[in-house]
Parts: sequence; structure tokens; C-alpha cells
Amino acid sequence: MATSAPESTHGQTTDHAHDDHDHKPRFFARWFMSTNHKDIGTLYLILAIFGGIVGGAFSGMMRMELAEPGIQYLDFFARLLGTENPSFVETLHLWNVLITAHGLIMVFFMVMPAIIGGFGNWFVPLMIGAPDMAFPRMNNISFWMTAAGFISLLISAFVPGGYGNGAGIGWTAYAPLSTYGSQGLSTDFAIFSLHLAGAGSIMGAINFITTILNMRAPGMTIHKMPLFVWSMLVTAFLLLLSLPVLAAAITMLITDRNFGTTFFDPAGGGDPVLFQHLFWFFGHPEVYIMILPGFGIISQVISTFSKKPVFGYLGMAYAMVAIGVVGFIVWAHHMYTTGMSVNTKMYFTAATMVIAVPTGIKIFSWIATMWGGSLEFKSPMVWAMGFIFLFTMGGVTGVVLANGGVDDIVHDTYYVVAHFHYVLSLGAVTALFCGFFYWFPKMSGKMHSEFLAHLQFWVFFVGVNTLFFPQHFLGLQGMPRRYPDYAEAYAYWNGVSSIGYSIMAISLVIWFVNIIYAYTMGKKAEGNYWGEGATTLEWTLTSPPPFHQFETLPVIEDKGHH
Amino acid sequence: MSATFIHRKNRSTGLIALAAALAMLGLGYASVPLYRLFCQVTGFNGTTQRVSVAQANSVSVASRTMSVRFDANVERGLAWKFKPLQITDTVSIGARDMAIFTAKNLSDKAITGTATFNVEPAYLAKYFNKIQCFCFTEQTLRPGQEVRMPVLYFIDPAIMDDPLADDVEQLTLSYTFHPVAGETANALDRTGSGS
Repeated sequence: MATSAPESTHGQTTDHAHDDHDHKPRFFARWFMSTNHKDIGTLYLILAIFGGIVGGAFSGMMRMELAEPGIQYLDFFARLLGTENPSFVETLHLWNVLITAHGLIMVFFMVMPAIIGGFGNWFVPLMIGAPDMAFPRMNNISFWMTAAGFISLLISAFVPGGYGNGAGIGWTAYAPLSTYGSQGLSTDFAIFSLHLAGAGSIMGAINFITTILNMRAPGMTIHKMPLFVWSMLVTAFLLLLSLPVLAAAITMLITDRNFGTTFFDPAGGGDPVLFQHLFWFFGHPEVYIMILPGFGIISQVISTFSKKPVFGYLGMAYAMVAIGVVGFIVWAHHMYTTGMSVNTKMYFTAATMVIAVPTGIKIFSWIATMWGGSLEFKSPMVWAMGFIFLFTMGGVTGVVLANGGVDDIVHDTYYVVAHFHYVLSLGAVTALFCGFFYWFPKMSGKMHSEFLAHLQFWVFFVGVNTLFFPQHFLGLQGMPRRYPDYAEAYAYWNGVSSIGYSIMAISLVIWFVNIIYAYTMGKKAEGNYWGEGATTLEWTLTSPPPFHQFETLPVIEDKGHH
Repeated sequence: MSATFIHRKNRSTGLIALAAALAMLGLGYASVPLYRLFCQVTGFNGTTQRVSVAQANSVSVASRTMSVRFDANVERGLAWKFKPLQITDTVSIGARDMAIFTAKNLSDKAITGTATFNVEPAYLAKYFNKIQCFCFTEQTLRPGQEVRMPVLYFIDPAIMDDPLADDVEQLTLSYTFHPVAGETANALDRTGSGS
């Protein structure tokens, strides 16, 4: 960073003379050595789509296997992935590999690259009126480290992992399963992929914090920033403070595995539960990292299509800050069954429930924003309203699970699976699609089909609810997570759930058709195609925005831009 | 605001953020000794207390008694037989008691082991004081050797003031022997039957 003076100020034309504003580098330089925040955002989105396809395919394999009791397809999948004549143990190991890969890919290589790397890179500079991110070169490194992390994870699937190829340690990588419970290089590759993606995200977080704090257009005070920018600021702080703890924990895993340390091995005076504490000290903020930018997107969209400013702007902003702060002191609610005392459980139950308050402020403020607004049900708005419904559902089961006593019963059952898929796979992903349809024409310059976007929403909505709602029943009946087989009693709702997966998959086909439609037949997008409700700075630019924007910084009038 | 001013400001903000990240990385590592200290001080998760003979001498014996159950385990694959000589003892709170465990090396090579320990209910572990214990040091058993291993302990009378202990009649003291870290691969096969 010390010597990057010319690059960092690139695009700020106070002393540069750009005769051609839209001069773009050639293909290789533009996409592989990119320092342009919009190009890097695009790269992140492409990575996320690719990650989503791989992670989604894995979940499809799991739902296929779980459609009926017994083991039907795992053997076939194991052969497909290159194991000749897999033994029964190797077949079952593949299941662990699938759940591990699905979790890691969806968290680190789908949701995070899309919502932080993709939309964050694209729209934070645009919304605050900055020419680019603060450290454009570091931005490039962030992306390529994330990409390398993804590759490391993919490699892990094809090297030995103890009982067969691939790392079967769960996304939580609990010791001792991830230490002496998993011999073979595979687990090292998987852990290393987290190192790379983590380092990339930390650098990204530093970049966002610096950009947002220092590079806002004149007149845009911190209390005038759009809520999406607020959400990215809080997210960046969560990343900055939680990811290094994960890095420490998984580095200890690596040394425990390879260099004879005993951080998590009781034989040498270590404690496996310490790993869980460290993991969840990262892991809980991580779930807010995945959803807070979604909150930001929903706020922009609801405000745009209600044609009025967000209700309770400051409350909305500081609710996110509160969620972020409290998110750091609730981690042990993931560990109620590790033998905690009643008093400890009481604290973590109470602290966890407190988070429902700022979250409730956000939900009610969105509803209050719509109240009396001039509503327009364009596709992003429909996705946003779907988000409010689905996320609230997930939030309600979250309050149930926050209770230490209840969690003792449903811990590690499908009730938990249903809960976190409602907030993430339905909440965060719905927010992603919401942001996609809100901004896709801005990014590409082509209008998508509103009809297909609406159709996709309804198919997706029916699909994911059919997919995940029955899992509440399965969990309450006691079906445990992370097994490829189950008792006959669970067959009915598992069958329904797998049908739901198919419906959801159809909705993704509609999405791809819509993208193809937009690039082939889509109308050219105007600068502000959503009209008067869209008031943030990105709408003052053309669609797509010029390669270098805001060479003269916009000045924010004193009437507010949220 | 000139470009160089912004650039300098960015660099200092970026460096502060980087320092915060590094501090959290350090905190992650610092948590290892801190966690151990925390467990030792608070008796968290069933960590027992260790006291000197002098400290033990200053404790007065109460009339209330409690039962202590002894539990002995070895890590899977360790060729030792390890069990308590007595299943339970009834002791007066504050009074010193000695429990004996026996351990036998069933293998044909010398194995050094170390015992981890725990008290249930975990939230009463802070009242469980050990004066002497075989778990304080590593134990080496020659092939076929059998030894008696004593634990000298007492229950802190402060337990009588803790409302959480009101309905507890029995504490369980549990030990698990592991081969010492360097000998793990030597002493047992932790990978099970897998490849």
C-alpha cells in the first residue's frame, strides 16, 4: 500500500487530464488486472453465480438422496466424482463432503461474493459519489484471493480425505473431526480455502471502511448516506473484527493437524470446545455479515417503490449497528449442548433475544415505509416484500431456538436447518435477487423482462417454502441433520421437501432465461429506469455507468438522500 | 480536498483498520491461555481447583456430608485398564479424603499417559479442591505394570452457601487417560478402521 500513490488516486481528476473518459483497458488487462470497482464487482458476481451453481447442484444431490428413505444415489454420485467401486464407508463419506461443500460454498463463495463483493463494490462508490474504492489494487487482490480460495475448495474434493476423497468436516470444521478425525490432504485444502477467502474478505472490509469513511461526496454526511452504504459499513466492521478470529482458529487447526500442536487435543492439555467458542465468535457475526447488506438492499428498494424516504432513517441505520454490536456477544447460543451451566445459558438466551428488538425495528420500519406510500409492484419490490415475509419467518424460529431449554431438544435437528435456511437461503438469497432486479439494468444497460422476474419470484416463493417449511416438522419430530438416511416416519415430509427443491430449481432456470433475454432482446436501460422514487446517486448516471464516474464530485444538497 | 490529502487520509484509515484486524488475530491466539485461565479461576466447564497443603489445613470440617462418585476412562485405543478402587465415597464437606485409582498397562511397550479431569455438575467444580493428584504429572507404565494412583481432595465448605448446590447430593469426579502428545501415534491408532 505504501507505494501505490498513482493508482489510489486514479480517476480523481483534480490533477489528471483524461481526454477520453470511457477509455477501457483491453480484455486481459481489464478483467484479470482490474482495478475498476465496477469490473471487480462484476467479477465477484460471476464468481458468485458459478459458486451458486456448484453449491446448488450439491444441494440438489442431497435432496435427491433424501427424497426417500434408504441410500439410493450416493454410490452413483461417488462414482461420478471419480471413486471406483466406492465402499459403503466411502459412500457415506461423500455425504459429509456434500454437506461441507454446500455450506462452505454457499457462505463464502456465493452469498458473500455476491452481496459484499458484487453489489458492495458496484454500488458503494456510486452511492456515495466516489470515483472508485479507496484501494483499487487491494480490491483486485481481494477478488483473486477469493477466487483462489474457491479453487482450493474444489481441489479438496478430489484429494483423499480419510475415508474417501473430499473434506467431510462440516462447514463448522469442529475439532477433533477436523484434526485427527480427518486424515488426508483434503481437509488442509478446505481449511486453506477459508484462509484465502478470509484474507480476501478482510482486505475487502478494510477497503470498504476506508472508502465509506473518507471518500463520500461533499455534503454527504454520515447521517445522509443511503442505508445500503450503512449496511456495508457495519458489515465491513463485522468482517474486520470476526474473520481474524476464524483465521486464528483454523490456523490452530492446521498446526494441530500437521505440526503436532495440541490446541484442541485434550491429550496435550487442549480443549476441543475452545475451537467451538472461537469458531462461533466468528460464525455468529458471519450470519449477520450475510444478511445486513440484504437489509440495506431491501431498504433502498422499499423506499424506491413506495416513492418516499425510508421510515425512521436513523433508527434503521443504528438498528444495523446494534445488530452488529450485539452479534458479537451471543455466539454460545450455537453451543447450548456443550455442557453449559444454566446461568451461562440464561445469559446467552437473553442476549440473543435482544437482537430481535433492532431486527423488529427494521421490519416495522419497512412496513411503515410502505404505509401510505405510492406503491409500485415492480419486480424488485415484489422480491423485497417476499424477503420481509420469509425473513420474519426465519426470525420467529430464531427466537424459538434462542431458548437454551428448547434448543436442548431441537439442537442439530432439521428445525435448525429450516431456521437458518429461512433467514439465509430464503432471506439473503431473496435479497440478492431483489438487488439483482433492482440494479441489473443499471449494471448491464439492458432491461430484464419484468414478466419473467415476477414469474421467477412466484415459482421461487412456492418452491422454497415447499422445500423448507416441512423441515420444521421433521425437526420437531426429531430428525437429525447431516445424515443421508432416515427412519420411515420422516419419509412423507422429506418427499415434499424434495419436490420443493425441484420447483425452486425451475425458478432458477427462469432466471437464466431472463438474463439471456436481457442481453439479447432486452431494451436499453435509461439512467433512472425506476423513476421518481429512485433518488440515490447511482440513478444520476447512465446505465451502465461510465467506466470512470464522478470525475467532478457531486455535491449533496441539504435535503437528504436516503 | 486535494487528491494527495484523500490519499494520505485513506492510508491512515486503512492502516488503522489493518491494525484492528491484526489485533483480533492476536486476540484469537490470546484466547487459548485466557480460556485456560478463565476455566481455572471460575471452575468453568467442570475444571477443579488445585490447592496447597497449607491452604487445605485452614479449612474447617462441616457436619454436612456429600457423596462423591469416581469415574475412570481411557481414550479409545489406549491399551490401559484404568478404574477406581471405590465407586463412591461419602465425605464430610471440608474433610480430606483419599480416593485410589488403579491403572494397568495391557500392552507390551512402555506408555506414558496424562489424565484430563472433570467434575459433574460442572457448575460445582470450583468447590472441588485437589491437594494431590496423579493427574498433576505424567504417568509412565512399563509393559504389564499395574499401579495405584491416589487423589487427595476435599470439598470446599463454601459449597453450602451456593443455592445451586442445595439439591445436589453427589459430585462425580471423572478422569480420562490420554497418551502424552508426542506418543499419540505410537500408542494408539486414532483413525479407526479407515484408510
